[in-house]
Formats: sequence, C-alpha cells, structure tokens
Amino acid sequence: MTETLQVFWATYNTLVFTVGVHAMLALSIFLTLSCGLLSLGNAAFMGIGAYTAALATLRLGLPFGEALALGGLLPGLVALVIGIPTLRLSGVYLAMATLGFGEVVRVIFLNLEITGGSMGLNGIPMKTQLWHILAILAVLVYGFVRIRRSKIGRSFEAIKEDETAAKAMGINTTAYKLLAFVMGAIIAGVAGGLNAHFTFFVSPREYGFDPAVDILTGAIFGGTGSFVGPMIGSAILAILPELLRFLQAFRLAVNGLILILVVIYLPNGIWDRKLFARLRKKGAA
Amino acid sequence: MIAQQLVNALTLGSVYALFALGFTLVFGVLEVINLSHGAVFMAGAYAALLLVTKANLGIWVALPLAMLVSGALGLLIDQVVLKPLRARRAHHLMPMIATIGVATLITNAIQGIFGAETSRFPFGTIPEESFQIGAIRITELQIAIVIISSLLMLLLVAILKHTRLGKAVRAVAENPQTSYLLGINVEAVFCLVSFTAAALGGGAGVLIGLSFNSIFPFMGQALIPKGVAVIILGGLGDVRGAMVGGLFLGVAEVMSVAYLSSDYRDAVAFGLLFLILLVRPAGLFGRVMERKA
Repeated sequence: MTETLQVFWATYNTLVFTVGVHAMLALSIFLTLSCGLLSLGNAAFMGIGAYTAALATLRLGLPFGEALALGGLLPGLVALVIGIPTLRLSGVYLAMATLGFGEVVRVIFLNLEITGGSMGLNGIPMKTQLWHILAILAVLVYGFVRIRRSKIGRSFEAIKEDETAAKAMGINTTAYKLLAFVMGAIIAGVAGGLNAHFTFFVSPREYGFDPAVDILTGAIFGGTGSFVGPMIGSAILAILPELLRFLQAFRLAVNGLILILVVIYLPNGIWDRKLFARLRKKGAA
Repeated sequence: MIAQQLVNALTLGSVYALFALGFTLVFGVLEVINLSHGAVFMAGAYAALLLVTKANLGIWVALPLAMLVSGALGLLIDQVVLKPLRARRAHHLMPMIATIGVATLITNAIQGIFGAETSRFPFGTIPEESFQIGAIRITELQIAIVIISSLLMLLLVAILKHTRLGKAVRAVAENPQTSYLLGINVEAVFCLVSFTAAALGGGAGVLIGLSFNSIFPFMGQALIPKGVAVIILGGLGDVRGAMVGGLFLGVAEVMSVAYLSSDYRDAVAFGLLFLILLVRPAGLFGRVMERKA
C-alpha cells in the first residue's frame, strides 16, 4: 500500500502541487469577482510574485518564508499603485485595462536583465512542500469563511449587486474595491512564489494572456456563487489534461468543449447549491 | 527610410484593422467580447491553404472562398454557443467565457489535425513581383493587401451607413428590444453580423498568412490581445475607430521596431492601451457612454 502511494506521489506530486496553486489562483480571482470586478491581471500578479520570490532565493539567499512574503508584498504594492487609477473603470473596460497591464508586465519580464529575459530564471531550488500549500490554503479558506458574513464581505456583496446603491448606503466603494484588488494580488503573488519553487524555473511565457484566461475559466467553470466552486473548477481543469492523455493532441480541445457545455447548460458552474437542492428534491420525490 | 517603414506599417495596420473590424462589430451589435475571433482568423488561413494545396485554386479565388468558410464557422458559433446564452439572458461575461472555450476547441482541433508546426503556401502562390518607387520598395502582395482590406472596410462602412440593412444593424446595436418592437428581425441581424465579422476575420487571417507566409494553429491567439488593444483605442463597438486604431497599431509597432527597439514593441501598444483607458475609457473617438446605474 505504502509502495503504491510512493509511486503515485513520485509520479503525480507536481500535479498535486499544481492543483493546489491553481486553487489559490482561483481564490484570488474569486475575491475580485465577489466585489464585482473582472480583473484579468491575476496572472501578471502571480508572475511578479514568482519572479520576486525566485530572485529573493537566488540572489539574496533569503529563507523560503521571507521569499514568499516578499512574493506577496510586491504584487500587493503594485496592485495598490495601479489600482487607484484603474478601479474607476468598470465591467469590460476594467478587464481590458488589466489585460493591458498584464501584457506590459510580461514584456517587462521579457526584457529586464535581472529577470533573465526570454530564458527566465532557471535552477530555482525545490523548496515548496505539500504542507506549505495545504497550510496556506487552509488559512485562506478560513479567512474566506470568516469574511463572508463580516462587514467587509457584506460590503463586497453590496458593491457586486449594485455599486451605486452601495455607495448611497455609505459604503466606501473605492476603498473596498481596492482592498479586494490588493488582496487578490497578494494571494496570486504567493501562489506564484510557491509555483516557482517546485517547477524550478520561471519564464515570461507563463504569465501572459492565456494563463490569465485559464484562471478565469477555472473560476467560472466551478461557479462563482461561493469560494468552493472556483477551487473545484480550477482543480478539475488542472487534472483533466492528465486524465485525457489517451486523446493525445485533441485533449485540450476537450477542455474547450467542456467549458462551452458548462457555460451553456450549467450557468452557475458545476458547484451550484441550488442545482444540488433541486436534484435532491427530485431524488426524494 | 521612413517612407519605406510607412508602407510596411500601412500593410500591417490595414490587416489589423480588418481583424479588429469584425471584433468590434460583434461587440457593438451582440455585446459580446468574442474571444473566438482569433480562432476563426486562423481557420480562415488554413481554409485558404487547403484550397490552394488540395483544390489547386489560385490564391485570389481561395481568399473569398476561405472568407465564406470562416463566415460559416462564425455563424455556427453564434447559433450553437451564443444563441442559447442570449435566449437565457445570461450575464454578459458568460458569452465571453464560452467563446474562450470555442477558441480552445478550434485551435486544438486544428493542431490535432495539422500538427503544431508552421505550414507555408506552396512556391508560386504568392505574387513575388515588386516595384521600386524612388527609395521605396513595394511588393505586389503589399498593394493587394492594402487594396483588398480597404475595399472590404469601405464596403462595410457604406452598407452600414447607406442601406436599409445597415440602418437595421445600427438600430439593433443601439437597442435590440426597441428594434424588435419596430419590426426588425433581430435574430437575422445577429446571424448576419456574426457571419460578416467572421468572414472579415478569416480574410485577415489569409492576408496575414500570405504576408508572413506562415500559418500555425496559434496564430490567432497571438492576435487577440492586439485586437483588444485596437478596439479599445478606437472605442468599443466603433467601426471607424477600429479601422483607425488598427492602422495606428500597425504604425506604432513598425515604428517602435524601426526606431526604438523590437524588445518593447508590444509594451508600447499595451502601455498606450492602458493610458487611453485611464484618460478616455470610451476610446479616442468614442462618445462618452452613460454609466448605467
């Protein structure tokens, strides 16, 4: 038994780590979505975190904890600076502005000397352990549970439902939106730092448009009604290509097909409490 | 030197404009950021390639046929994916997400069939002649690209502006419900716009495929962020804005490669996009839209 486990772990530990990191990214985009903001900048914040943490390890020789903290701090600061002007935009415009921001960040990584240009950074030591990921996820989940019925959580929800009405009720919408944006960036940054320390390298390619879209896709696929949905959705999308290996070149096409079917037939994502309740009623009757 | 660069910029820019035109048309009328537009663009290029290699057609016959193929693909996407979402009045982000799925599906299916490697048009497909005017060298292909894309764009603008059909399209863009009440067949307009936009996108794909002589499954994905930049520059849903924005991006890219450094080419475009959004969210020429409370 233990031997099978060991073989399983040796084969799939990267996948397990990836699922955990994706769950974190899903939480980061859920945070902004729960405040009614569609930000496509999370991949860029993840990138900033990954590069910062990797450089802290490689150049400064900092311990892993401090490297990770820096990897969360810098994206947070950047989010604060760009968030103040950007968050005046709403809907599609915010999505496009954050997309533009993401592309600029990617091009900067591509051209700075310290980030290693198009080669990126290689030889980052393996420092991420499973318990790191689980512990951070546990803290995040605890935080999300606690926040939901707090003043902050209710303010986020009010802003999401109707920003004008929320403002009229005396909610400082700018401050709360900025809070969601910055916290989302910090979570994405830490996820990036963790990711860099088990994939051994970071390169600009990983933080462009496609990953930004992937993060969003996972969240919508799972359903954005609660923070559980995005985590499940992103985990499934991370595992799916492995399960569909037999389809070879066509396996990513199946990912696309599943996404289309979910959006059309399961509008609230696959983790939909109302749907579960309906199904249960049907089963009982 | 600068004149030569301008010629190159005009060629690239007119194709960008053609691509962005379909993108912005769909947004203006269907209110969908159609992220499958890049995949349709790529499918158009592959359709032309097949028509040239398998059916032995000349490229100028293959081009309109490829546009028909990609138009049909766009219509199919609208009917199968976007129509059910419209019927249910889904949140406006849902169609966008669905089109991400469509793009993934088409791109990877094409990759599965044709492989990831770059395909090229056979020798002799592309006109090789070029003219020398003073210090400027213009190829026949460049002239053809500029003429074809300008004609297509002018045709579209003329139809939108002067025909009854165009009036109907503009009315639906303004307000689908009211148009419906006024007796316009709104669904038919949606179909027509989906077809036209995709056909223009496919045409742009063929022209880009010709001008770089390289066709690969992910060629459209690379163009999506650029298309987004162009239609933001021009104002979302603004047809003339998309054309000017496309030319502008072509000029900005070619000039930044020629006179600054090729390294920051994309950053120039997107930095600009970022700034425009902060200063003039409605685009360079856009009307300021009312914020819906």
